Amino acid sequence: MKKFRKAASVVLAALMTASMVAGCGSSASQGSGSGETAGSAASEAAGASGDAAFKIGVIGPLTGGAAAYGTCVANSAQLAVDEINAAGGVNGYRLELKSEDDELDAQKSVNAYNTLKDWGMQMLLGSVTSACSLAVSEETKADNMFQLTPSGSAKECVQYDNVFRVCFSDPAQGTASAEYIGQHKLASKVGIIYDSSDVYSSGIATNFVAEAANQGFEVVSQEAFTADNNTDFSVQLQKAKDGGAELVFLPIYYKEASLILQQADKMGYKPTFFGCDGLDGILGVENFDASLAEGTMLLTPFAADATDDLTVNFVTKYKELYGETPNQFGADAYDGVYAIKAAIEKGAITPEAGVSGICESLKKTMTEISVDGLTSEGMTWDATGEPNKSPKAVVIKDGAYVSAE
Amino acid sequence: MKENKFSFLKKKENVTYAIVIAVWIIMEILLKAGVVSSHLSGLLVPMCYYAIVAVGLNLCVGILGELSLGHAGFMCIGAFFSAAFSQIFKDSLPGGLRFFLALVIGIAFSALFGFLIGIPVLRLNGDYLAIVTLAFGEIIKNILNSLYLGLDSKGFHFSLTSMLELGMEPDGKTLINGAMGVTGTPRDANFTIAIFLLIVSLIVVQNLINSRDGRAIMSIRDNRIAAESIGINVTKYKMLAFTMSAAIAGMAGVLFSHNISTLQATGQYFGYNVSIMILVYVVLGGIGSIRGSVVAAAVLYLLPELLRGLNKYRMLIYSIVLIVVMIINWAPAVLDKRQELMMKFRKGNRKNGTA
Amino acid sequence: MLSFLTSLVNGLSLGSIYAIIALGYTMVYGIAKMLNFAHGDFIMVGSYVIFIFVSNLGLSPVLAIPVAVVLCLILGVTTERVAYRPLRNAASPLAVLITAIGVSYLLENVALLIFGADTKSFTSVIPWSGITLAGGEIRIQGVTIVTIITSIVILLALQFFVHKTREGQAMLAVAQDRSAATLMGIDVNKTISLTFAIGSALAAIAGAFLCSAYPSLTPYTGAMPGIKAFVAAVLGGIGSIPGAMLGGLVLGVIEILARTYISTQLSDAIVFGILVIVLLVKPTGILGKITQEKV
Repeated sequence: MKKFRKAASVVLAALMTASMVAGCGSSASQGSGSGETAGSAASEAAGASGDAAFKIGVIGPLTGGAAAYGTCVANSAQLAVDEINAAGGVNGYRLELKSEDDELDAQKSVNAYNTLKDWGMQMLLGSVTSACSLAVSEETKADNMFQLTPSGSAKECVQYDNVFRVCFSDPAQGTASAEYIGQHKLASKVGIIYDSSDVYSSGIATNFVAEAANQGFEVVSQEAFTADNNTDFSVQLQKAKDGGAELVFLPIYYKEASLILQQADKMGYKPTFFGCDGLDGILGVENFDASLAEGTMLLTPFAADATDDLTVNFVTKYKELYGETPNQFGADAYDGVYAIKAAIEKGAITPEAGVSGICESLKKTMTEISVDGLTSEGMTWDATGEPNKSPKAVVIKDGAYVSAE
Repeated sequence: MKENKFSFLKKKENVTYAIVIAVWIIMEILLKAGVVSSHLSGLLVPMCYYAIVAVGLNLCVGILGELSLGHAGFMCIGAFFSAAFSQIFKDSLPGGLRFFLALVIGIAFSALFGFLIGIPVLRLNGDYLAIVTLAFGEIIKNILNSLYLGLDSKGFHFSLTSMLELGMEPDGKTLINGAMGVTGTPRDANFTIAIFLLIVSLIVVQNLINSRDGRAIMSIRDNRIAAESIGINVTKYKMLAFTMSAAIAGMAGVLFSHNISTLQATGQYFGYNVSIMILVYVVLGGIGSIRGSVVAAAVLYLLPELLRGLNKYRMLIYSIVLIVVMIINWAPAVLDKRQELMMKFRKGNRKNGTA
Repeated sequence: MLSFLTSLVNGLSLGSIYAIIALGYTMVYGIAKMLNFAHGDFIMVGSYVIFIFVSNLGLSPVLAIPVAVVLCLILGVTTERVAYRPLRNAASPLAVLITAIGVSYLLENVALLIFGADTKSFTSVIPWSGITLAGGEIRIQGVTIVTIITSIVILLALQFFVHKTREGQAMLAVAQDRSAATLMGIDVNKTISLTFAIGSALAAIAGAFLCSAYPSLTPYTGAMPGIKAFVAAVLGGIGSIPGAMLGGLVLGVIEILARTYISTQLSDAIVFGILVIVLLVKPTGILGKITQEKV
């Protein structure tokens, strides 16, 4: 038996050596990384000029439990890049995009970042989730790489001056939701169901509760679930019901929310449900009975069945290419690519400026642009990295989003 | 004193050290020469801490003979306590000393928890023991995930519900922030430190195996009742091995938290899935083979990373490789075939040699 | 009192799902003596099959479930033949456990490639909404009642099969001592294949109920229930079929009561804490037999 173990370890050692060489080999091709054209980057693009291109990296969870968000970001960013290239590129240069998987793991997110760096990435659109984005921001700070996170919403994500974001911050969403409920007198007793193991969800919940005191409504139940326990919500709903909550605040993602709505219905409990941007997508859940979501309100910058031209164009194309309805993560990424485009054009930046040069220029021009995107009109940024945009309140009526104003 | 130049390598353990040191020297040279991709250089420290925790788990699974599915929990403890310590002294202690103390604290706490958890756990056997270690791993993860810890002029504050409940003075510092965990841990770990700690863990475990205590532990594994009958204190030795195993996992946790700026107690880092992944390293490397654990951890951590070029197919390929390698390395039928081939090969060689 | 009863009903409805999963799990676990980490993923596969037939092709669940059962059965037997059997007599029982983990990754990633990562809402196979008691204060869902009845039927069928038929007796013999069983003329390979066939078929049925009760389907739907079924099987006593059912129900009730009366945030810790206590008091689970180790 020993011999086989030995043989096994020899085989493994050989594998390792091979992998080392492979690792080194990939570094050798660092310079010529442009050979690996990403995805369907429109190389036949009309006006876009030859070899030089801006290289944008995307990091997000493409496999694992959060893959729905990561793949939507990667696909939407690709869509935006293809559109831009087809329309002649940016300052006459093509955009190239490459997406890497982080499996929702901060360490793997850094690994993905390093892989993209080897590819020759000049700007980063990512990471998709807060913790990963935060971990990567340490690296981008050290490399002076421009980073725009589509959906890293934790406060700390944009603590460095080279990091900007497209989405709202968690505190802003929590406070805005409480203000909206208070100002419109939607309820006097509110229950909360949130994911205590998730940064986004617990961040919003904390700020919502803090603001609730100023808005004259009472939080009667604040109940959590965790990522390992996210199918049965009977207790959380029962507590809200027993507390007499007329409105249940759901600062969570649509996957769990779709279960909560179904279970509340089975219980015969019919409060108003109120959510944030994570809830967008609930109508897109395949086979979901939309009548359950009737009357549910969302404070979201994006709704997939809005009727403005931009959204219609985006959603139609996305459905054509990927067969699914995009969610707000994708919308943030799509806007992110266009924001990068606008900022590059504003500063008349060229790819030759190098990573640090591009970053320095973008840091300045990001604060000077105004972007009409899917998630807001006239989005602007300040030097802190936070976007200035106003959340739209929408309500679900007859299986569609309708402005709540 | 006429010794062969390579007699150092005659001892099995020394080969392991030689491999690790050789890898370190080669990588350092390549790093200095600047030919290593940033992707690979970023993988070096994680590779080391997974190797360390695999060595620790092998002590429990291979040497003590008890299946633990909760080692990620001990890693979690080492990571959190050391990261919280480093947060407190972020600005007041020099990097080297701070990391050393953080290491001591991380190891001490994981050893303590290993000891406390070991008391009930080691009374059980087999799958019951495995499930209870899994349970403890999940308990640790769940509690740390909802823990808020702050420090101000009045001392430590902690809460299991929310930040607001800490009631901290304005000058207070948040150490652990619930689901957000610990952010901004100084990045004190590097490849050299990681290799050094890997060697430390190897020395500790290999010396234990070759000591009187180690033989006692293995005798319990092979036949508990016989061991008991010759006067071996079963409980004592089981506790010793389990606690050491937990402490080594904690050491890996310290490296984990000081290699990245964010730390959360969630499933993808410290859940049962991770414990199982470490078990995969141990089994694939050979149960009881310390060197195997190191090599398997390094290769299996690198594999999915090196498959990145395959995009969405990489985890699929990884799983197929895992199944195939297991069958090739463990299936009795395949092993027989392999032995036959080996014999033929050897015979052939000998013929050639004498001809 | 009313709130306690409500919690109890909620606990039973969660527990009934755990129970029906644990019944399938315990077949393989108790007889082939192997921790099949991929069992949860068989559940996922079964659920996707039903989803496609019911929601996409508009087939009746009555037809879709048998199709899923057959497909899962084939998948289970094939997996056993290809990935598990070669390792059955390996030097360590852990070898086959690791292969099971590989199979689990494989199924999840194949599902991810075929169906994508997005959540799909499962159409309940049980349209009945259930009954209300105490003037509408307590609702027992239809799916809970059907699940409990089905699990009792499965339990009785399994008990009958294992104790009263030749094949079942062969299973018990194989579980007790494989080499002795071989000497008695039992075809061990065939018996274990049969065990996997039954276990995988039950996984498909469990999938139908799991996704009817909690209708969100992703490639990772089965992972956590698989672990919970493992916990339930151990809690009830390894190798005991009634134990698996009881373990599942107890686990569900404990989970809901812990959330109702202690904390929703720490419910995982509390549930696992109770598991630890139960196993310390009764180290072989609730209905497990104590086997004296012989020298």
